[in-house]
Amino acid sequence: MSQIQVTGNQIQAPENQPLLQQNPETPKYVNELTTLNLGPTHPATHGIFQNVLTMDGEKIVSGVPTIGYIHRAFEKIAEHRPFYQLTTLTDRMNYCSSPINNMGWHMTVEKLLGITVPKRAQYIRVIAMELARIADHLICNSILGVDSGAYTGFLYFFQEREKIYEIYEEICGARLTTNMGRIGGMERDLSDKALAKLKKWVEEFPPVMKEFEKMFNKNRIFRDRTEGVGPLTPERALNYGFTGPNLRAAGVDYDVRVMNPYSSYEDFEFDIPVGTTGDTYDRFMVRNEEIWQSLRIIQQAIDKLPEGRYFADAPEYYLPPKKEVYRSMEALIYHFKIIMGEIEAPVGEVYHSVEGGNGELGFYLVSDGGRAPYRLHFRRPSFIYYQAYPEMCIGTTLSDAIVIMSSLNVIAGELDA
Amino acid sequence: MTHQEIIEDLTGRYGDSIFDIHEPYGLLTLTTKRENIIDLLQYLYNHKTLQIQFLTDLCGIHYPDNIGNELGVIYHVHSLINNIRIRIKVFFPLTDPEIPTATGLYATANWMERETYDFFGIIFKGHPNLKRILNVDEMDYFPMRKEYPLEDQTRRDKQDFHFGR
Repeated sequence: MSQIQVTGNQIQAPENQPLLQQNPETPKYVNELTTLNLGPTHPATHGIFQNVLTMDGEKIVSGVPTIGYIHRAFEKIAEHRPFYQLTTLTDRMNYCSSPINNMGWHMTVEKLLGITVPKRAQYIRVIAMELARIADHLICNSILGVDSGAYTGFLYFFQEREKIYEIYEEICGARLTTNMGRIGGMERDLSDKALAKLKKWVEEFPPVMKEFEKMFNKNRIFRDRTEGVGPLTPERALNYGFTGPNLRAAGVDYDVRVMNPYSSYEDFEFDIPVGTTGDTYDRFMVRNEEIWQSLRIIQQAIDKLPEGRYFADAPEYYLPPKKEVYRSMEALIYHFKIIMGEIEAPVGEVYHSVEGGNGELGFYLVSDGGRAPYRLHFRRPSFIYYQAYPEMCIGTTLSDAIVIMSSLNVIAGELDA
Repeated sequence: MTHQEIIEDLTGRYGDSIFDIHEPYGLLTLTTKRENIIDLLQYLYNHKTLQIQFLTDLCGIHYPDNIGNELGVIYHVHSLINNIRIRIKVFFPLTDPEIPTATGLYATANWMERETYDFFGIIFKGHPNLKRILNVDEMDYFPMRKEYPLEDQTRRDKQDFHFGR
């Protein structure tokens, strides 16, 4: 904890400070509040977050988060780039589950352009998105273990995440910032090698997951550290705009995949796990269960993977194969027009949301018919629920605050955009 | 409730204050005046059948050519019970960029409004802590307004022709 510095001098508390016990027996320093700078570069916050905490001894009295350390002006950049170049920006929002961001953006543009993607491409997208969700939850839950003192699960899971990244590599060629898929489908078909790797992983992963659950779910130390820590009532969670696993842990079964299905999610059978108390342990358990449900979806998608094209029949929007560009005049023209951003986008506005790793990831796109969006706004779940963090921390200790932040799964890239 | 019923219900209450009603890509969109916005959100919140109690998104927009209505705030609200989304827009002049805050109704509006203030300079009256959130405090302009270019225009190495544009 060497990064925690006492920045201010000790502050004299106001006389009728309700959180402090006025007891003549206790020493004088009990009535003094300390200002602590947690972050911006604290090893336990897993990203650049600063919280100026006011502490009464071990207890947190108030916290003021400062954000924007890695703000990169994505919304402004988006107004100056053609649609297909924005996929790389979405990678860098929630970089733990970039395929979901990529697909969400493609689907937003497809909705604007009126493209229907073939079933095969939709199923490949579902596989990629569910792999991303598993990778995202693996990180969140294993880091939660690290922050509560259990390093082993983290090391076990990073091997599995590596295998997921290898499958990404086979699907699209990249690992972390994937830039996967294209507007109108996927950039390449799911190869036999990718499918083989995927099938192998789907078989090998459940025992590891079971081992992880065995290590944590009934672990006395872990439960003592997480149960009843940072609870949030469903009313408060909804008022704070929570979505995704954090909302479901509070007991509200809102899932975009079910409520507004996209990319053929209605074809799959899966359950939405919900918690009861909305505390850290429930968030952990909901994510664990979601990993199992995502595995179910992947299994079904592999079994039912339809034959056919992996991109839509929309040559004016979908980049032609490179081979064709050298041979056919039409392909060359379309290639040139798409690369230069000269696609004819209609005037209109679209809101499309997908169930991201952290919750409802929304894209609000206003098009004025130009090459780039007139206005693009990202509804970033991390940004929206991080404002509840001080309220969840008040009255807890510093070590609990670290655990609460881990269980919320705030991703700095998504928070600051 | 169908969209038609919602429109009838709302125009019955607000009359001409709700206008420009359309459904782009199936999402009910309407524009209202800034005097009504909080009342409208409150009405939708307490509505017996609609129960629109979730603020999905709040963002600003700038149309420099709409003289008198240059700035806008766009609310996306959602009923998790009926699965109905409504997009509500409010426009007002650049010279008077004020709109009442929705923080009394939705705690989540706090940071969303701060973000909108930060980027567009829209002042949310009654907001408990209206200051910049993503940009530095010392910034003296509102970067998402259309008159501000993406990059420093004095730089020679960032001109369009270097990038084939």
